Amino acid sequence: MSSVILRTAARYMMPLLLLFSVFLLWRGHHEPGGGFAGGLVAATAFVLVAFSEGPAAARRSLPISTWTLIPIGLGLSSVSALLPLLQGLPPLTGLWLPGDKLGTPLLFDAGVYATVLGVVASVLLALMEEETS
Amino acid sequence: MSVLVAPLGIPLVTALLAAAAPRRAGVQHAIGVTGAALLFVAAVRLLLHVHGEGVVAVQMGDWPAPFGITLVADLLSAAMVAVSAAVGLAVAIYACAEPRETIERGSFVCFSHILMLGVCGAFLTGDLFNLYVWFEVMLLASFVLLVASGERSAVTSGVAYVALNLLASAFFLVAVGLLYSQLGSLNLADLRLRLDLPGAREAAGPAAAFLLVAFGIKAGLFPVFFWLPASYPTPAFAVSALFAGLLTKVGVYALLRMFTLLFPDPIGGPLVAVAVATMATGVLAAASQSHVRRILSFHIVSQIGYIVLGLALATSLGVASAIFYTLHHIVTKTNLFLVGGLIARAGGGESLARLGGISARGVGLSLLFAIPALSLAGIPPLSGFFAKLFLIRASLQAEAFVAAGAAVGVGLLTIFSMAKIWNEAFWKAAPEEAPDLRLGRAAVIACAGLCVLTVGIGIGAEVVWELANDAARQLDDPQEYLRAVLGDGS
Repeated sequence: MSSVILRTAARYMMPLLLLFSVFLLWRGHHEPGGGFAGGLVAATAFVLVAFSEGPAAARRSLPISTWTLIPIGLGLSSVSALLPLLQGLPPLTGLWLPGDKLGTPLLFDAGVYATVLGVVASVLLALMEEETS
Repeated sequence: MSVLVAPLGIPLVTALLAAAAPRRAGVQHAIGVTGAALLFVAAVRLLLHVHGEGVVAVQMGDWPAPFGITLVADLLSAAMVAVSAAVGLAVAIYACAEPRETIERGSFVCFSHILMLGVCGAFLTGDLFNLYVWFEVMLLASFVLLVASGERSAVTSGVAYVALNLLASAFFLVAVGLLYSQLGSLNLADLRLRLDLPGAREAAGPAAAFLLVAFGIKAGLFPVFFWLPASYPTPAFAVSALFAGLLTKVGVYALLRMFTLLFPDPIGGPLVAVAVATMATGVLAAASQSHVRRILSFHIVSQIGYIVLGLALATSLGVASAIFYTLHHIVTKTNLFLVGGLIARAGGGESLARLGGISARGVGLSLLFAIPALSLAGIPPLSGFFAKLFLIRASLQAEAFVAAGAAVGVGLLTIFSMAKIWNEAFWKAAPEEAPDLRLGRAAVIACAGLCVLTVGIGIGAEVVWELANDAARQLDDPQEYLRAVLGDGS
């Protein structure tokens, strides 16, 4: 599927979608949004590239493989879950930096973001590659 | 607190490391065996802690009990985690002798530890919806292991497995929804208090029925056990041994927990009938098979019947027998599946007609098979003898004479099945082109370790029985559990 309109639009849409996904991740702690929704939106950005220029181009636009994102994301979330143990608090207790904005909940959400992006992009790109090959 | 979190943190971190590390078998096994050994140490520590100081609980995220998610370990949970970690370690060691590509292609180490995470999580959670989540974690990992490690036929049998387990999950979810809409809580301890209010337990009858069906499917009870013998004989031996030891037992654990903590009123006759039917159909179907793992799979069904019979008797003695039986069964059954792998390697297949002459060539292997097989059949002084003895005693005490008779009869038929494998694979003259007997040292160590455990449970039956009895007492009188979860205000 090679359409000039889709390709041009995708080139402008992709950074916007990625920005929007980070915005969703950021506001997720107090308002609707969060890592899961953000990760899904980020995945659609790469799927859009895959639609307009093929799955290989989508893979090139990510600096690391989509599969690697999954253990990285799970690792971030696990770290944020286990970090409170060091202070003798139950796991998953929120720890905050001064200012009450940055803390382990955001780290947890960032992990969810990376995991969801990794899973959705891996599955969709694998399916599209199977179709084109 | 860390004593309760470690059995979850260790498999999680191990799985992540295995996923991030190179796929080469050597690296993967180093991570897998280390993780499994640490989990075993953590599980034993948890058991000793709970044995010494009573029920422990941790509130996730520091949210107080009915609102947050609680992790809680009483003796039943701790004992289940300990014995699961023991077989997990044995399987991790055994896997070192599996073909390289089985391990590398399917990411065996990563997903087997996610499976262990799900199993330990299910044993340790104190929240009904969280229990559902752990079940799903366990099932997802098992789907991947089932399909990725076996041959092409594994995909076909995987479909039946997935379909029935998803159906069970749907029933479970309906029960969760019903309970939450009626009682407004999903914390197990809190649910118990709310169900004790007048009229609440009668109104929650449909939810109890849904739970019974859901966990009945997952445990492999009559008449919904068909997914089990269809799927267990196809994947790699290390995978099917892990399944055989742990998956159905999580269903059994959930039945034990739900029908002592939430719904302690005896179900009585119908459940006894189901248990006896499960015992009988399992053992009869096993007798008609002639494929090593198919025979063993049907025996799982039959043994689940014994365990549920203990629960169905609804006496303290019955529940204690069921717990003892479960602990014995996890060790013995995993070992039989692992030894089944050695038999297949020694004889070049699993079909009894093509096997033969192993006893002449491998005395050690014969012993490795004989110990768990005789234990399963209930020959003293091995663990299975005491498991059956306690259960039959409990049935007689509860005046369930038909069930006691069935337990004896099914035991005899189990001996018949084990003797059949023995006669065909070990005693019969060897076929002409028998391959060399090369078993792999790691695999032999793993099986021998579980044999020692089987003999240990038999010789130390009194200690294990005390443990099972104390666990049953805690289930019978949940005050300590409720206090640990909800604090002193309850």
